[in-house]
Amino acid sequence: MATETLNRGSTAAGKANARASGGKPRSSELMAWLFLAPYLVLFTVFVLAPIVLGIWISLHDWDFTLPGKPFVGLTNYKDLFDSGSVTFAPFWHAMRATGIFTVFSVPLLLVVPLAVALVMNKKFRGRNIFRAVFFAPYVLGVAVVGILWRFLLDANVGVVNSLMGAVGLPDHIAWLSSIPEAWISLIGVTVWWTLGFNAVIFLAGLQDVPGELYEAAKMDGAGAWASFRHVTLPGIRQVTIFVTMITIIASANMFGQSFIMTNGGPGQSTRTAIFYIAETGLQNFQMGSAAAASWILTLALMLVSVVLFAAFRERGEGKAR
Amino acid sequence: MRSSSKGLRFGLLVVLTLLFVSPLLLMVSTSFKTRNESGQTPPTWFPHVPTVQAYHQILSAADTPVFRWFLNSMIAATSNALIVVATAALAAYALARLEFRRRKLVFGLIVATLFVPPVILIIPNYEIVGRLQWLDTLIAVIVPTAANAFGVFFLRQFFIGLPKELEESAFLDGANQWQVFSKIVLPLSRPALATLALLAFLTNWNDFLWPVYVLFSPTSQTLQAGLSTLQSANAVRYDLLMAGAVIASVPVLLLYVFAQRFVIEGVSRSGLKG
Repeated sequence: MATETLNRGSTAAGKANARASGGKPRSSELMAWLFLAPYLVLFTVFVLAPIVLGIWISLHDWDFTLPGKPFVGLTNYKDLFDSGSVTFAPFWHAMRATGIFTVFSVPLLLVVPLAVALVMNKKFRGRNIFRAVFFAPYVLGVAVVGILWRFLLDANVGVVNSLMGAVGLPDHIAWLSSIPEAWISLIGVTVWWTLGFNAVIFLAGLQDVPGELYEAAKMDGAGAWASFRHVTLPGIRQVTIFVTMITIIASANMFGQSFIMTNGGPGQSTRTAIFYIAETGLQNFQMGSAAAASWILTLALMLVSVVLFAAFRERGEGKAR
Repeated sequence: MRSSSKGLRFGLLVVLTLLFVSPLLLMVSTSFKTRNESGQTPPTWFPHVPTVQAYHQILSAADTPVFRWFLNSMIAATSNALIVVATAALAAYALARLEFRRRKLVFGLIVATLFVPPVILIIPNYEIVGRLQWLDTLIAVIVPTAANAFGVFFLRQFFIGLPKELEESAFLDGANQWQVFSKIVLPLSRPALATLALLAFLTNWNDFLWPVYVLFSPTSQTLQAGLSTLQSANAVRYDLLMAGAVIASVPVLLLYVFAQRFVIEGVSRSGLKG
């Protein structure tokens, strides 16, 4: 407190005084900005400026490779909402694909890793080895994982179909070139790839729940389910919110899996919104339209986050009461 | 009762382990098959006549320099992690401990961008990176993503939690701001800095969309982007694809065997007190 009062003394005398009395010298404004400068340069050039530039680009017929970039106002946005325009159908088709993937993958990406974390939330021999094995696909990266599973899921030479045939199930399923099989594959592979990541975070949360709480619940006669509901779940609430948020963001940005395994197919069925934006903007160089599309996707995502956040908060307060 | 639930848990974990390990084993086995055998139905679990043909073909082709991709990814992810940690630590210290006007505004701006989906940055950053003449160079995948708002937020929380007394007594001993930061705060923050470095490294290593579009020539690719070109060029040559995937995986898995504890502990900490 005392130092804070000293820090407020803005005169040179106050500064000298602070030094003389042996207190913390008043940290000069300049010093603070020097510490901030390297980060702020990056932050301004690659985060703040792009946000503004993105809006600017979206108001133009912007082709990176051409000198002329005529101003078109809100046309790019209007087109994306006008069912008569050429961009309407592919864009909303892609938005729908993102929606499908997010809605079906997120619950699995929460429940399965939580279940694995619960199974591992006991001290036993080899636990760290299991943990390392389940986390391993994440470090391999999406390209290795995607290529590997494209092979395993190949309709003709893939081991998945051959195993299914061996136990008497249909063995000619087009895992990557029919719907809904392609979605099942993409979701399954995403679970395989990132299960360990989410499980590790859940596990850390579970280990933070004080053991006495479980003992108290046991003394009150709570069974396994009751103690899970009334001790475990509230105990890992913060961690659950965190994992839910990063998982939604990751799923809504799904790109690599479908780029490698299905190439957006069959047809355009698994081409997600971010896939559409990248292809439109960075391959066909219709950057204005792509920038507008990315703003629409962003607003949709932010809306979802706000709704979810409010829902979490409400439930938390309900519990507290 | 006890031992049966123990048995159940062990059984579950073993099944799960098989699900994780067997695809990788099949990847290795297929990479040693002949072209014909790799396209055979039903697939064989072990190569009849093991051969290194596929490896030979990949490593001798000029457009698929897999080792170079690995090296590029290492350089990119390491540099990115270093820049993230250095810039975020400096900024976070200023925001945690230094007094200056507009501190709230600066911190508010940085935190606000935590909630901005990265998709919004793709198109404009391509334009910016293009203007800077960085397209098709590793700098394009190192620098733009180094503006890491999470890092600043995460380290600021950590710095605030450090006991102030140590810093204050250093000031009493005549240390200046920089000395206090570098000699006291940074050493105390090693675990947090390591966590952030590992997260940044992993994120950059796994980054896919951005490198796919900003890097085009074979020698400038990162591993993830390069492998995707390998796969589009060899659609159903699974012997080649698996050999490429093995070459890409072995160094990573070797590193992972040694570093897994730190990697996993780093990730697990990201959710706590965040």
